[in-house]
Amino acid sequence: MEVGQLQRRLVDYTKSLLTEGILDDQFSQLQKLQDESDPGFLVEVVSLFFEDSEKLLNDITGALDQQSVDFKTVDGYVHQLKGSSASVGALRLKNACVAFRSFCEEQSLEGCLRSLQEVKQEYYNVKNKVETLFKMEKQIVAAGGSVPKTE
Amino acid sequence: MERNVFVSRRRIDGFDVSPSDSAEAHVLAVDDSLVDRKFIEKLLKISSFKVTAVDSGRRALQFLGLDEETSSSVGFDGLKVDLIITDYCMPGMTGYELLKKIKESSNFREIPVVIMSSENVIARIDRCLEEGAEDFFVKPVKLSDVKRLKDYMMREVRFGSTNSGGTNKRKLQESCDLTSSEPSISSLSSSSSDSPSRSPISPSSAPSSIPTPLDSPVRRLKMTNAGGLI
Repeated sequence: MEVGQLQRRLVDYTKSLLTEGILDDQFSQLQKLQDESDPGFLVEVVSLFFEDSEKLLNDITGALDQQSVDFKTVDGYVHQLKGSSASVGALRLKNACVAFRSFCEEQSLEGCLRSLQEVKQEYYNVKNKVETLFKMEKQIVAAGGSVPKTE
Repeated sequence: MERNVFVSRRRIDGFDVSPSDSAEAHVLAVDDSLVDRKFIEKLLKISSFKVTAVDSGRRALQFLGLDEETSSSVGFDGLKVDLIITDYCMPGMTGYELLKKIKESSNFREIPVVIMSSENVIARIDRCLEEGAEDFFVKPVKLSDVKRLKDYMMREVRFGSTNSGGTNKRKLQESCDLTSSEPSISSLSSSSSDSPSRSPISPSSAPSSIPTPLDSPVRRLKMTNAGGLI
């Protein structure tokens, strides 16, 4: 595939992620912050986000696995995950966290466990999609092109 | 309470970095989230600020040298801090508590402080402004928000300066996680709370999310209202 086609594919793909609400404008903002002087910025932030999130998901799983669940602790972790999701523009994941927090407030173990599944699903979904996006960017660069900015 | 004493490495006299020269202005950013630290650091650098990013209020105070009695606002690496931008919800010491400590200090109270929070709560915003914060940014922070920071560094006389310290009418302290009746975030970390005055409260003031976040025009309106902190 030639560069122009690859670029168009990337733009369309990014647009579809925005339309589906998997990513929101914050992600576009992060893309815009990337420039020649700091070409790895977006990948770096997103990688930090993935590491951070996976740790939090483990923490949440562990906290819910206790004999006596401390819902405040769980909520604290979900709050952090919600915050970093918002910071990278992972909209659906952020919304799943918001729903999760209401179950923490209710102290509903069943609700929390269900929410955890949803949050995990949304997390892996956005992770896959963003990794695909980065692969597309790499292909473009490898083919000698530059990554187009989504407006 | 642990005290990390900073030994050596600190100079008593700092350089006089002119704050009006934004290319030189030094911002101290405080946020416990690594992702957010990376993000705010980028926004600040793009806006031509020098940045030091730390992960807690404690470290921010250490950097300023507030833990020990000094007579200068020079951080240990010799750079004057021209503005502090801090997250509100942090384990151990909240951004609000950090703000108070800075405003209570004769050496540092002139440093403008901006608060960031993912939670858009009027009572919280008001409390911070009353305590002397220059502004309150709702996360995720925008580049346009950060570009505005230059304005806070220019001003010599600030409306908020007369309010620092004593006039905190609202003693009710809000817990960050919104669900508990005791200071909650501190339960995540093992370090002891820094403010003994913090009392358990019931979240009867249910934080309401306003559909239209208190965005820059409204916030700015509040700030420029002469003495009229709502």
